[in-house]
Amino acid sequence: MFVLDTIAHRLRRGCQTMAYPNGPAPALPDRHGGALRVDAAKCSAGCDDCVKVCPTHAIERPLGGPVALDLGKCIFCAACVEVCPTKAITQTNDHRMAVRRKEDLVLGKPGEEELRLAAELDAKLRGLFGRSLRLREVSAGGCNACEADVNVLGTIGWDLSRFGIQFVASPRHADGLLITGPVSQNMRLALEKTYAAVPPPKIVIAVGACAIAGGPFIGNPEICGGATSVVPVDLFIPGCPPHPVTILDGLLRLLGKLEAR
Amino acid sequence: MSDSTPFTLFANGTSLPWADVPEWPVADLVRTTADELSRGARLCAWFGVPEGDGVSLVAIIAFDSDTTLATARSAPIKGSYPALTLLQPQAHLFEREVWEQHGLVPEGHPWLKPVRQTSGHAPANGKFFRVQGSEIHEVAVGPVHAGIIEPGHFRFQCNGEEVLHLEIALGYQHRGVEAALAGGPHRATISQIETAAGDTTIGHATAHATVMESLAGTEAPLRAQWLRAVALELERLANHVGDLGALANDVAFLPTSAACGKIRGDFLNLTALLCGNRFGRGLIRPGGCRHDLEPERARKLLSSLHSALADTEQAAGWFWAANSVRTRFEGVGTVRTEQAAEIGLVGLAARASGLVRDVRFDHPAGWHRFAQIPVSVWPDGDVLARARVRWLEVQRSGKFLEEQLAAAPEGDLLTNVGPLPGGTLAVALVEGWRGEVCHVAITDAAGHFRRYKMIDPSFHNWTGLALALRNQAISDFPICNKSFNLSYCGFDL
Repeated sequence: MFVLDTIAHRLRRGCQTMAYPNGPAPALPDRHGGALRVDAAKCSAGCDDCVKVCPTHAIERPLGGPVALDLGKCIFCAACVEVCPTKAITQTNDHRMAVRRKEDLVLGKPGEEELRLAAELDAKLRGLFGRSLRLREVSAGGCNACEADVNVLGTIGWDLSRFGIQFVASPRHADGLLITGPVSQNMRLALEKTYAAVPPPKIVIAVGACAIAGGPFIGNPEICGGATSVVPVDLFIPGCPPHPVTILDGLLRLLGKLEAR
Repeated sequence: MSDSTPFTLFANGTSLPWADVPEWPVADLVRTTADELSRGARLCAWFGVPEGDGVSLVAIIAFDSDTTLATARSAPIKGSYPALTLLQPQAHLFEREVWEQHGLVPEGHPWLKPVRQTSGHAPANGKFFRVQGSEIHEVAVGPVHAGIIEPGHFRFQCNGEEVLHLEIALGYQHRGVEAALAGGPHRATISQIETAAGDTTIGHATAHATVMESLAGTEAPLRAQWLRAVALELERLANHVGDLGALANDVAFLPTSAACGKIRGDFLNLTALLCGNRFGRGLIRPGGCRHDLEPERARKLLSSLHSALADTEQAAGWFWAANSVRTRFEGVGTVRTEQAAEIGLVGLAARASGLVRDVRFDHPAGWHRFAQIPVSVWPDGDVLARARVRWLEVQRSGKFLEEQLAAAPEGDLLTNVGPLPGGTLAVALVEGWRGEVCHVAITDAAGHFRRYKMIDPSFHNWTGLALALRNQAISDFPICNKSFNLSYCGFDL
């Protein structure tokens, strides 16, 4: 009876995998806010309120210069949004945040008010990885939040494997690494060895504020300050942690599966 | 028990002048602490505070049955002192940490080696315990593990399939959290607290906020305390349900594994409904909470909660009805009650070994002074017991949330926390989903953190996992490990 019960339950529940990317993306929570937008032209002269409240020193305003916000350092606490008197920093509610170069996360200049979304891999790598990408996850000082929200992509709601993306148990089986955490000094050697053990050509994806620049621990001598201090990185996905839809968007974007979206 | 103690007594979530912490010669502190622990008290914290050119040792102990905490310290010392671990094994990691951080040698400590210090881009693991014998082999696992989980190293001494000894070497996740907190509170302090153990954001943030408020002599508005209690149970639900799914996965029972993986996300989304972040970041601040749960939002939360709980009940039902699951869990990875007490287990692992030990019940602070949750205990101490306690707690947390969401206190959400007074000690315990989260702050003359000590429940409980593996088949390691599901970064800080 037990087996039949289980099958009956399963049939009753039906398919629970979301339609995205063929349907609309799941909405971010209304208080999430999504990616930030910075219109430095709106800043009032001499104001540096946002600089003073930012916990990770993600915002700079050199004397007389325009404000610059580095979304790679940002942990999305929105303290700057709350404090800005001229609404120069705003939330876009956009879940898409993955970029190919760190500098594409720096916001503020005219024409660079928003981040510059990741371009897909070149044709050769897309040919190799586009239908089958095996990743090895290395948590290098991660707090288990980025890890959890990468993990969730494997559950039935997201079903990452329908895109041919899987996480594997050995770097020898992998096409690349997905790194979370600021890379603690104590994980540096393990990360270097894991990277070396992945056969080329290989790609590296840095997920979360810590893996991009150190996150809340930026400046601590016990960390290396992000994945790029140890290995070359092909994709950066900001957030603390990034929402699962942001991570999935980044992976699909890199593989050229989102086209114009 | 506590009425005859020479320690200074105080309650969870309160502060006292540093000068009121009694100072004894170190040998007296060790002996008196050992006496109290053998009379049923529990060691919450044991750490050093630099004083002049020496170091004072500070003990924070809990008399659970009397709902009181107690503290004392040693006169500043240098060099060495008689190890407390010899008398009370629950001190063993604390004393290793004191040795690593301050160079004080606990004389007679049976296993004095580093906890998390660096040696050439890896932790200084030191020598591992080795079982001798021609039939013995050693298995090394980690730091990078097979799944999407944090790093740590496990060293097994095996005779065939049987594990004779497991040594757990951590430190890989060390990010310098405590060192960064010193001299604070800084701008980044609350964010660092929220990510100290990222799956316990609410637990650690509540403890920190409570410490800050008690230092400043204020209290968060009742509505904020209520909201913190709500968020704490949402955090517990998400993690417990995820763990039930992970346990099911490790014995290849896929219906529950698949369902719980999704339901876990549903619970995380409830926290995100509250504050925008699935892990509760940005919700709790010293002085209160940053986001409100308006009636409309509360209604939405309650209705989603009902369906997530119903889904969990169904998924757990399959699990408990399957003899194959029970057979894999029963009698595996047992930590006996007396062992659990001796090594100072906390949280669900302690309760699954038959210990009635729950901060929400033993040391209620914040909203738990007004609203209690029954303590879920199971006597057997095996993997099944740890799964059962999770399931009992899922039900109790669900019930608690239903009651609380129907009875929200009105009022403000955030109050101003003024400058901190100098020379004060504050302690906050919070029952996070793994167990007791302990924060201790001591301010200097200027009101900055002279010392900020955090103890994640994992700090107490990793030893429990090592003991659970004794004489088990090495193939049972995954379910034993999952049944504890301890934090690496919370330990490594």
